[in-house]
Amino acid sequence: MSFSVSKMGDVTVVEVEGQLIVGNRQDLKQKVLDEVEMGAKKVLIDFARTGYIDSSGLGVLVSLAKRIRDAGGELRLANLHDELQTLFELTKLDTLFQISKTREHALESF
Amino acid sequence: MAIGESLDFRIPSDVQYIEGVVGEVVARCQALAFSRRHTALNVPVALTEALSNAILRGNGDTVGRSVSVRVEIDDVQLVAEVRDDGDGFDLDACTEDATLPENVIREDGRGLFLMQKLMDRVERFRDGGNVVRLVLMRG
Repeated sequence: MSFSVSKMGDVTVVEVEGQLIVGNRQDLKQKVLDEVEMGAKKVLIDFARTGYIDSSGLGVLVSLAKRIRDAGGELRLANLHDELQTLFELTKLDTLFQISKTREHALESF
Repeated sequence: MAIGESLDFRIPSDVQYIEGVVGEVVARCQALAFSRRHTALNVPVALTEALSNAILRGNGDTVGRSVSVRVEIDDVQLVAEVRDDGDGFDLDACTEDATLPENVIREDGRGLFLMQKLMDRVERFRDGGNVVRLVLMRG
């Protein structure tokens, strides 16, 4: 997995490339927490280039949502392909996160 | 009679090796025309869960132990057996419903649930170690 971080206005956009799984989830978590530490309030994770996510990766997203909310911000998700959408529905995490079909829609929703 | 293929792996008990094994299995499934859903969701996620469970729980994240994987694929099904050195566990008792409101907000506890949801059958037994068998029907 690799990821990139960019700013779109006041939104911090994190793009995840590859798999978000047990072997690398802490890298993403630490990077996002670093951004929150530096003041990021609106965080969007874009999964357009993501393969699959395991339970550890899902757990990190839940953890990040809590940490960001505790810091007065919000985490939103975008660009889940069909199989990732199914994964979120199977675990009902689609009810926990605000998920947008595109990055543009997500940016407009903040 | 279906013609089968088998893949065998033995990896150190380290989660960094999981993605490589899963990648090879998924590549074989793609070559054998498994569906997109099977190759992008069912197989990689369930196999990753079985491997991480074997490494972190079965082997207790202990350096020096190993995990073996045998995958058999034919026209009908995929069968993956993940073997660790642990004492095993009660699959049903340890599987929690991740969709219950109190569990949706949890950071952990989805691994066995996902294995069961994404496979047609999940079994655990002892055979030269603790074995988790995943079965996915192609049809």
